[in-house]
Parts: sequence; C-alpha cells; structure tokens
Amino acid sequence: MSVVPISYYLVLSVILFGMGAVAVVFKRNIITIFMAIELMLNAVNLAFVAFARAWNQLDGLVFVFFVIVVAAAEAAVGLAIVITIVQNRQTLNVERVNLLKL
Amino acid sequence: MSLPFILFFAFAVIAVAGALLLILAREPIHSALSLVLVMISLAALYLLLGAEFIAAVQIIVYAGAVMVLFVFVIMLLNAGMEERTNWSSIAKYAGVPLGVFLLLELAHWMARAGPGVGIANGAARAANTAVSTRALSALLFQKYLFPFEATSILILIAVLGALVLAKRDE
Repeated sequence: MSVVPISYYLVLSVILFGMGAVAVVFKRNIITIFMAIELMLNAVNLAFVAFARAWNQLDGLVFVFFVIVVAAAEAAVGLAIVITIVQNRQTLNVERVNLLKL
Repeated sequence: MSLPFILFFAFAVIAVAGALLLILAREPIHSALSLVLVMISLAALYLLLGAEFIAAVQIIVYAGAVMVLFVFVIMLLNAGMEERTNWSSIAKYAGVPLGVFLLLELAHWMARAGPGVGIANGAARAANTAVSTRALSALLFQKYLFPFEATSILILIAVLGALVLAKRDE
C-alpha cells in the first residue's frame, strides 16, 4: 500500500493557511475574520500532524492538542469581545470600529 | 492510483472548496457552515495520517463546540449580509498578487521541508497506528504534564474573561 507523501499534506496546509490569511485581510465582518483565524490554526494543525508522522514523533500531536485548547479559549474570549463591540457600536463591520485609529 | 491517494485528494478538494466558500460567502452563517466542512475534512485527513485521537478531538471540540459557539453568536447578533466597502486601488492591484505570491512561496518551501520522508516512514507506521492514542496519552500525562495542567488554568481564565466581557454593565 503506497502512502501519500508528507509534502502533499504540507502543500494543502499552506494553501489553507494562505486562504485564511487572505480572508483575514479582505473580509469586513468581524465574525468572519475570526473564523478565518480558526482556519489558519487548522492549517497549522495539519502541518503539525503531518510532521509528527514524517518524523515518527508524537510530540507534534501533543502540540496540536494544545493548539486546539488554546483556540477554544480564544474563541470564547474573542466572541465575548465581539458581543461587547456590537453592544457598544451596533456594527459588525471592522471599518466602523476605528476608535484607536488616528 | 491507490486508496490513500484517492481519499487524500477527495478530502483535500473538499477542504479547499470549503475555504474558498468561506472567503466568497457574503453571509456569515454560510462562512461558518463552510468552515465546518473544512474541519470535518481535516479530521478525515488526520485519520488518514493515523492520528485517531486528534481526529476525534477535531470533530468534538472544533466542529462541535467552537463552531456551535460561532453559529450561536451569529444568530444572537443577527449578522446579515456583509457590507461591501470600496477597496483602495492598492488592495486591488498589490494585495491580490502579493497574497498569491505568499502562498506560492510558502508552498515551495514547505514542499521541500521533508522530501520523501513520508514514503520512508509511512509504510512502517501504517501497521501500528492503533498504538498511537495510548502512546499519546502517556506522553501527555508524563512529559507534558505541567503544560497540560497550565491549559486548565488557561481555560478557567478564558471562562472568567468571557463572563466579565459579555456581562452587561449595570
């Protein structure tokens, strides 16, 4: 049984990461930007798992576990911040949230 | 073409299509559902890589808990169509090519990171993938015990922070 080379997984991970980065830059909805960050974290997780397999080390999987935990914590706090922003400014558009802008 | 290749390409195409939908969808709820698609296909790819535990955690925590939180907030805030803002010409003519360039460059260097390693080790690992969850738990609760305990404090702080932030002021 032939096995898919690790570089295929890495290229897929890079494509997903790049698309997440593009979405962070181009999307205007604050929730969608948050989801794009989650997409980038997922892409990094895929690279971690692929490398863990390539080098036969399980440490990479432990790091994926930690990334997932931190992402869950980040989503909880981040969405609370989103709710606070909407309560104060009545908009989800990041261009309208410009209090710190010169 | 053997079965792992077919499965890999099927789930890779689904993941990339889901990511594209996330970018192109105007409604946040459509973006959220396409992100769920990406996460589920990534879980399948983890299974293909022999990481059953991570695949299960991906489905339960990411596709389950985190995305339910997202969908809940989208519905709570009644998030509708995204407003289009007129892009500056710099974003249009420099941003898109630079994004493509970043992607190609990253792909180029990542593809060179471990050429052929997967073929060498993958066949040997394929036979004993069932052991990996047990070995992973031993690693998690011995070598990484302190970081594991630290994450529980992190979760506690996150819960407190979310409560403080989302609470309405009197």
